[in-house]
Amino acid sequence: MTKTGNILKVAFRALSRNKLRSLLTALGIIIGVACVVATIGIGEGARLQAENQLKSLGTNFLMIFPGTTTSSGARTGWGGSSRLSSDDVDALRRDVSSLSYVSATIRTVAQVIYGNQNWSTSIQGGEVDWPLIRSWSLASGQFFTDQDNRSASKVCVLGQTVKTNLFGDEDPIGKSIRIKNIPFRVVGVLESKGGSTMGQDQDDIVIAPYETVRKKIMGTTAVGAILASASSNELVARAQEEITSLLRQRHRINKAAGQDDDFMIRSQTEMLNQAEEQSRTMSALLWSIAGVSLLVGGIGIMNIMLVSVTERTREIGVRMAIGAKGGDIRAQFLVEAVVLAVTGGAVGIALGIGIQRTVARFAGWPVSVQANAIWLAFVFSALVGIAFGFYPALKASRLDPIEALRYE
Amino acid sequence: MAGAGRSEGVTVARPVIEIENLTRVYQMGETEVRALDGISLTVESGEFLAVMGPSGSGKSTFMNIVGCLDRPTAGRYVLEGVDVSGLDRDERASIRNDKIGFVFQSFNLLSRTNALENVELPLLYSAKSKITEEQARAQAMKCLERVGLGPRWDHTSAQLSGGQQQRVAIARSLVNNPAIVLADEPTGNLDSKTSEEVMAIFQELNDEGKTVVLITHEPDISEHAKRIVTFRDGRILSDVPVTARRVATRAAASASPA
Repeated sequence: MTKTGNILKVAFRALSRNKLRSLLTALGIIIGVACVVATIGIGEGARLQAENQLKSLGTNFLMIFPGTTTSSGARTGWGGSSRLSSDDVDALRRDVSSLSYVSATIRTVAQVIYGNQNWSTSIQGGEVDWPLIRSWSLASGQFFTDQDNRSASKVCVLGQTVKTNLFGDEDPIGKSIRIKNIPFRVVGVLESKGGSTMGQDQDDIVIAPYETVRKKIMGTTAVGAILASASSNELVARAQEEITSLLRQRHRINKAAGQDDDFMIRSQTEMLNQAEEQSRTMSALLWSIAGVSLLVGGIGIMNIMLVSVTERTREIGVRMAIGAKGGDIRAQFLVEAVVLAVTGGAVGIALGIGIQRTVARFAGWPVSVQANAIWLAFVFSALVGIAFGFYPALKASRLDPIEALRYE
Repeated sequence: MAGAGRSEGVTVARPVIEIENLTRVYQMGETEVRALDGISLTVESGEFLAVMGPSGSGKSTFMNIVGCLDRPTAGRYVLEGVDVSGLDRDERASIRNDKIGFVFQSFNLLSRTNALENVELPLLYSAKSKITEEQARAQAMKCLERVGLGPRWDHTSAQLSGGQQQRVAIARSLVNNPAIVLADEPTGNLDSKTSEEVMAIFQELNDEGKTVVLITHEPDISEHAKRIVTFRDGRILSDVPVTARRVATRAAASASPA
């Protein structure tokens, strides 16, 4: 006769006798475990998504922004007038050997018109290296040439979103669109890239030669930002150092004298770290919710097990009279607490996977069900059952059979 | 009368119960209560003993010690040749499982558990030998049939009458083939007709050689036994054989569908 089998049977029977009570008791565990599973899954999904999106910026990607500037004692950060120049771009291209591609960029927002359709979008000025840096290929047509850039030709390449909104199913190649009333010839259409880390639509873009946008649309001399890519992943850090020293030299910044750099360099790695930092903060929050829920759930289990021991005092007395040892009684109540916790854990796992799927669907993240998360949840709920079921079980096993048999 | 004569032939070298100078003292705050005050008693195998006495006479304490639920303060209790007076909790649990079959006044079956599973229960805690689930089932079924409840094996206690529940409890007490069946007021919750049926089963068991110890305060019930021991103030007042023994029959019981 299998003792364990019987103990399990008795535990399930005792729990199903008070179904609603068991469910309410297990609720804390259910929520806690659902939190653990959802946290790990969502965290992992978000991390993968961020990684994919950052990779979509281009490999070994570097971005140089205009930074803090000091003019007559007033310090300005982002948004101040740019001190990056076309000459800086040329110098980077010429002198920094660890960079394979460099492109000056500038951007503005404008209304784009084709026929009777119009669309407000981001107008990006870039040089020929731009699609190479962003690892962005063309769906049709071709990118503009260096000659187009130097002569500030009025040509442009459309992102998928802009193409769809202005042209629908029509082929836009060779057609003329108007940006700020200036006619531009469409020479190419970019492939779709989807949403960015921040949730922006990366395909909502028109790209035209840097010189064209700077002179004809914006009428400025400043460079918005410089995009570059290092020759290899290992060279990213070196490229960053080389760019820094070159720009300091060119801008006559004496770091030793306490002068601030008037530019900032962001690498893909740094952005990845930032995204990971965010998801870690989120995880820490959910983990603490999970921890509190498991604790509250455990206390609930202990409470209900104590009630159960009292209610079943007579039964305990009978079992002891016919030969159950203290260990038998202890095992029975401990198993009951563990079954309650683990059943709650199983429901919690199902719920957690459900939450994770829903969140992933709405956020458009890849679904990532982690086997180790499920094991972790199982182990956690069993541990909660053992930890909080032990005292009631001990109490039951220490009852005096004579008293217990007399209990009404 | 006929039953008494028949079982006299069964003789074993050693008595089932040997009690010498047994004392049990309860500490109630400042005062000491001597529930049992140095009693001595021997019960031979195959005896049918009734223990009588008013409440407070010490008969419940006697039953608790004989049933190995409690330990004596002083004195010796030897059960089937084993001195059990000094055993600890778990050792006493093993002895109860192995050598004592309990029958209680309030039946004490597990609720929402069918008759067969109730009867099987002592086998679950048995350390003697590992038996298979099928063997346990067969053994329990045999005991249920013995008390005439074979066809009702799958009824839960709520679906059984009081008399039937007590018969299931008797079957449970027999399943481990104990040295003694210890019945504490087994008819206390039953009407006179049902009591008669239950006493008939005890008499049959005794006829087959089972030692039965019956605790009761009803004189009619005690007269079904072969020997009556009366307690008063923790001492044995009288110890006499039953001269005009009542013989119960359960012909009506097994025929009636209840």
